[in-house]
Amino acid sequence: MATLEIRDLHVTVETDGAPREILRGVDLTVRAGETHAIMGPNGSGKSTLAYSIAGHPKYTVTGGTVTLDGEDVLAMSVDARARAGIFLAMQYPVEVPGVSVSNFLRTSVTAIRGEAPKLRNWIKEMRTAMDALSMDPAFAERNVNEGFSGGEKKRHEILQMELLRPKIAVLDETDSGLDIDALKVVSEGVNRVAATGEVGTLLITHYTRILRYIRPDFVHVFVDGRIVAEGGAELADQLEAQGYDVYVKAAASA
Amino acid sequence: MSVVTDTPDSVEAPDFPVPTGREEAWRFTPLARMRGLHGEAATNPVAPRVTIDAAPEVSVEIVAASDPRVTRRLTPLDRPSALAMAGAPESIVVSIASEVVASRPTVIRITGVGADRTSYGHVIIDAAPFSNSVVVLEHVGSASYSANVEVRVGDCAQVQLVSVQDWDDDTVHLGRQHAVIGRDAKFRSFVATFGGNLVRLVPTVDYVGSGGDAELLGVFFSDAGQHLEHRSLIDHSAPHCRSNVLYKGALRGDPSAGEAGIARSVWIGDVLIRAGAIGTETYELNRNLVLTEAARADSVPNLEIETGEIVGAGHASATGRFDDEQLFYLMSRGIPADVATRLVVRGFFSDVISRLGLPEWEDRLSSLIDSELGLEIVEGADDDSGHTG
Repeated sequence: MATLEIRDLHVTVETDGAPREILRGVDLTVRAGETHAIMGPNGSGKSTLAYSIAGHPKYTVTGGTVTLDGEDVLAMSVDARARAGIFLAMQYPVEVPGVSVSNFLRTSVTAIRGEAPKLRNWIKEMRTAMDALSMDPAFAERNVNEGFSGGEKKRHEILQMELLRPKIAVLDETDSGLDIDALKVVSEGVNRVAATGEVGTLLITHYTRILRYIRPDFVHVFVDGRIVAEGGAELADQLEAQGYDVYVKAAASA
Repeated sequence: MSVVTDTPDSVEAPDFPVPTGREEAWRFTPLARMRGLHGEAATNPVAPRVTIDAAPEVSVEIVAASDPRVTRRLTPLDRPSALAMAGAPESIVVSIASEVVASRPTVIRITGVGADRTSYGHVIIDAAPFSNSVVVLEHVGSASYSANVEVRVGDCAQVQLVSVQDWDDDTVHLGRQHAVIGRDAKFRSFVATFGGNLVRLVPTVDYVGSGGDAELLGVFFSDAGQHLEHRSLIDHSAPHCRSNVLYKGALRGDPSAGEAGIARSVWIGDVLIRAGAIGTETYELNRNLVLTEAARADSVPNLEIETGEIVGAGHASATGRFDDEQLFYLMSRGIPADVATRLVVRGFFSDVISRLGLPEWEDRLSSLIDSELGLEIVEGADDDSGHTG
């Protein structure tokens, strides 16, 4: 079973010519079959954690380790991380003009699986996955993320997750900007993938709303670049009632 | 002073002074690299080698300069054009008879005879009324070449002229490509410039009847040391005509090679709407994608409007850097950097190339783009799919 281990991760980002530390010692273990929610206020470093795992060049790892089944993830290029089984559903997916969704998906699936899927099987597979996310088949002919609504972008991210079958899926604020119907559809997609037991899910969110549809096994409260509290699903209920204030104040006085 | 109308009514080279580089029309062009094509007439100009693969319905002849069909010729716009017009040893005459619909493209392959000799070319495409044809001019090899291409699109006729510049690295190519569009006729120019040390093409359009339609499409890819210049001039003098210009270019220089590594491109889009050209509809767009440092793209649309009675007139121009966020997004889906770059660049060009409507040539242009990127990717994703990206 796949295991992502993050140990004492320190990450800086360059702002105004000077490095600023965003992650200040993150420890986290995500195993296949588990769903973890990382919750925290704006600016706490949640998204930095997501992008650092995926290898975005903007972030510099200054200390700590990230391993997937013992392999050094930090030593891998961005594409190698994806091929090793790490998937990041982005909060702001990028437009790629002139590249159709179907071409993009097939190129991606070919890279991840190591061979091109047979065309007939592939079309069926793509249609089935799109249907499950209530996506019109015409969607496949549109350019990647170009002119997509917020909901369409997030469905498209989850579609990729379903087709790429990662070992570890990091969902960065996938719930933000979604209306309730889109949130349900997207959550069902995440739950479908989680139900296989073959993927570890790291759900990064600001709001507790999505946790009504995706039940986490573990909840981590993220403040000021590190995890400050951990618990089960009940911790999310407590956060919904009380907010982050108590943790933010505690971190500030620490 | 009007940018687009200060053209002398002359056909003789001496009436055009030798450009100095200070003129508006020449200020971007590195004259020192033109091998004198703008200077004095070549003493022994030769014609390029020509290979013809014509559609069965289309006649292509190579005729001497004295042939009566050649005397009815265009007005040169500048000195190189005038020199080439006066000195071309022969002309290629493409004729499409009235109401003939060509069953396939007519391909004329023009091969340079070496960069050390001046060659002059002249092509006439005469499309009679109600005909429909595609003519491809494919330029390859080494040359110091100056040429005029004249297209006469008869009333209600349709012509697509494709000009592919796949020259060797040492070629200099100056070209005027002039279309005269008849009543309710349609003309499409598709220019694809990849090779050559210096290529400077001037597609121009005149309308001689109402209802004419011109579409000028172009793709170019400039790499280290190349100067690729495209200057279109559309002269709307007739009522109710349309024009649409869409040029897209990519630039990929070599930052380690100093001055010699600079990739250079120039796009100038001149549109003139004269007082009588009521009901005109025109739009022009140039987009450039800068892939590296050591690249410079100039992009200048000019629109002059002498009547308010038009349907619409607009232009847009933008030059942007290759977007690293696109690269990250694609790579985060397992796609290697080289394949991701190709997807982005192909995507950038796709809306122009897909308008060519000739699958074989669309593939050819796509693979030319790949080779400009230095990519030889063997992968199965495209082999059996109707790839749409």
